[in-house]
Amino acid sequence: MKISRIKAIAKKELIQIRRDPLSLAMAFLMPVMLLFIFGYAITLDVNNLETVVCDLDKSTLSRELVAEFGESEYFTIIDHVYSQREIDGYLDRGEALVAITIPQDFSEDIKKGRPAELQVIVDGSDSNSATIALGYISGVTGLFSKRIAVRQRPPLIDTRMRVWFNEELESRNYIIPGLIAVIMSVIAALLTSLTVAREWERGTMEQLISTPVKTPEFILGKLIPYFLIGFIDMLVSVLLAVFLFDVPMKGSLFLLAGLSSLFLFGGLSLGMLISIVAKSQLVASQIAMVATFLPAFLLSGFMYAIPNMPRPLQIITYAIPARYFVSMLKDIFLKGNPLHMLLFETALLGIFGLVVFGIANKKFKKRIE
Amino acid sequence: MNEQNIAVTVEGLTRTFGDFTAVEGISFSVSRGEIYGFLGPNGAGKSTTIKMLCGLLQPTGGDGTVGGFDIVRESEKIKKTIGYMSQKFSLYDDLSVEENITFFSGMYGVTGKTRKERKEWVLEMSGLKDRRAVITKTLPGGIKQRLALGCALLHEPPVLFLDEPTSGVDPVSRRNFWSLIYEMAKGGTTVFVTTHYMDEAEYCDRLALIYRGKIIAEGTPTELKVQYMRRSVLEIETDRTFEALEVLGRSGIETALFGSLLHAVVDDVETATPEIERELGKAGIKVIRVDKIMPSLEDVFVTLIESA
Ligand SMILES: Nc1ncnc2c1ncn2[C@@H]1O[C@H](COP(=O)(O)OP(=O)(O)OP(=O)(O)O)[C@@H](O)[C@H]1O
Ligand SMILES: [Mg+2]
Repeated sequence: MKISRIKAIAKKELIQIRRDPLSLAMAFLMPVMLLFIFGYAITLDVNNLETVVCDLDKSTLSRELVAEFGESEYFTIIDHVYSQREIDGYLDRGEALVAITIPQDFSEDIKKGRPAELQVIVDGSDSNSATIALGYISGVTGLFSKRIAVRQRPPLIDTRMRVWFNEELESRNYIIPGLIAVIMSVIAALLTSLTVAREWERGTMEQLISTPVKTPEFILGKLIPYFLIGFIDMLVSVLLAVFLFDVPMKGSLFLLAGLSSLFLFGGLSLGMLISIVAKSQLVASQIAMVATFLPAFLLSGFMYAIPNMPRPLQIITYAIPARYFVSMLKDIFLKGNPLHMLLFETALLGIFGLVVFGIANKKFKKRIE
Repeated sequence: MNEQNIAVTVEGLTRTFGDFTAVEGISFSVSRGEIYGFLGPNGAGKSTTIKMLCGLLQPTGGDGTVGGFDIVRESEKIKKTIGYMSQKFSLYDDLSVEENITFFSGMYGVTGKTRKERKEWVLEMSGLKDRRAVITKTLPGGIKQRLALGCALLHEPPVLFLDEPTSGVDPVSRRNFWSLIYEMAKGGTTVFVTTHYMDEAEYCDRLALIYRGKIIAEGTPTELKVQYMRRSVLEIETDRTFEALEVLGRSGIETALFGSLLHAVVDDVETATPEIERELGKAGIKVIRVDKIMPSLEDVFVTLIESA
């Protein structure tokens, strides 16, 4: 292997990226955009939240409101109860996630034009669902207020909310690190997915493979510029997480940088492998999207907890690098875990990278098929 | 030819694509320092052959060596000893002249002081000394070809493969390009060049005519003309070329259009000349002259293809 060759390829690739506005945009704008869009608008769908209702008012108006909740697809009313003790029981046993209490003078207040109160308790142990549940409750009561406002003069329902078990309810803290891992999985593969296919499409590959360049020199040379880009993307994402989304960063930045590099090596190698096999930019980018986005989103533990998955799916998750990166980032950001507590993830990420890099080397042929 | 002097040799070289045979059992040898031409029409199998020689395409049959290395098993060693210029321009359009040269220097492992010297040499031979920072895309075709040739020569390879290096290039640039090829050959480089220009074939030391994947004739340009043209060629000038072509065709004389003239291929000049004059006279076409000429390679090629 000649370092000078690797350098020559890396340099050429960088020049080409720099001169192509489209690849520049993809390299630097896309991850930031995705983080913004998903970070702000995460609306993981939560349906049929188990809900208990405690209607102490027992008026037409209160029954109307309860019916409203029952009809919405977001809530399933599992029981009607009449005391705080019964509510506590349901929440403690985890049988209900939401409890809605309508106080005695609810309809009276509305009729008198006083702001009516509604007491809502949400199980906050799953902060994600809790946030969303609160959103839905505000939505339902808001609509309800508007409707009765047509009938009566400005009544207001003041929904008093309390979240149990996770008082702060900072769901972003949990979502953003995982989201960064998911986005970086996609970006890493997309970045390199075009690079080899483009040379075949433009006809420049024919000249390149007629030279004595060796396969690992070629692949390493191509990886380096995208590694730099991926690293910058990662850095920007972490900065956004900390300064824009206020996610606490409890762990070591060096550890984060090191593990991100390991993850990038695997992700970029995967994109390279796809590009080598596909030989067409369009096909390669589509494969890269599908092969990384869906697994990273669904099977990494970002969306669904891995222990709750069916066994075969659980096994598959071991082959998905995002799985390790999601938990690494969460642990480093929120718990400040040191390396020795992340050894399993680190080892498997390393293995993934080496295997994919190896296959890419094997699949690349300095011949026209 | 002794072993020492052979730069390229192949035996029964074959390449199929599915059921289609693009190159069929061709054999030939090229000596060191020779300009060897591969002449054939579109789709004859020229590029397929050259790619097999450069180790870019796996032959499906036969074998051969380039610079002493086996084209099947030692393709990576071949790549160290050859320069290749593909038919389609394949330098980087979005890099500058100098960036392309630097990149390919890197690929060929040309470094340090040599790299500087070779870069200047390429800039000089391609006439781009003052335009080294220009983006390659914006260069005219002829200059691009010279740059591509220069890049293929950065590591001073003993064997050079050129696949239709002058196609789509204006005649002046073509002539300049060929003087570069001559220079290379004089310096001892073996040049294997494909073309479909007959006039270019004349510049080659030896050439093979390839048609539908087979070599149908091989030799020096003169040998080909003498050996394969036992029949004679008459050049006919009339006042109405197209009508004359039709008339002669009807009377069974093998005639082809050649610019504004006609070439007739005949067995016996003594009997054919009066016959042609008679036939054209009957049709009221004025015959300006009928001359026996040295057949061109095109005549040879046309005749060979007709009998192939
Ligand atoms: N990869 C391939 N798959 C199928 N057929 C091919 C392939 N490459 C070449 N061919 C066919 O093989 C034949 C010879 O092609 P080749 O490119 O060698 O011709 P050529 O002599 O270089 O012609 P040209 O002057 O057009 O460049 C053509 O009919 C072509 O269609
Ligand atoms: Mg060709």
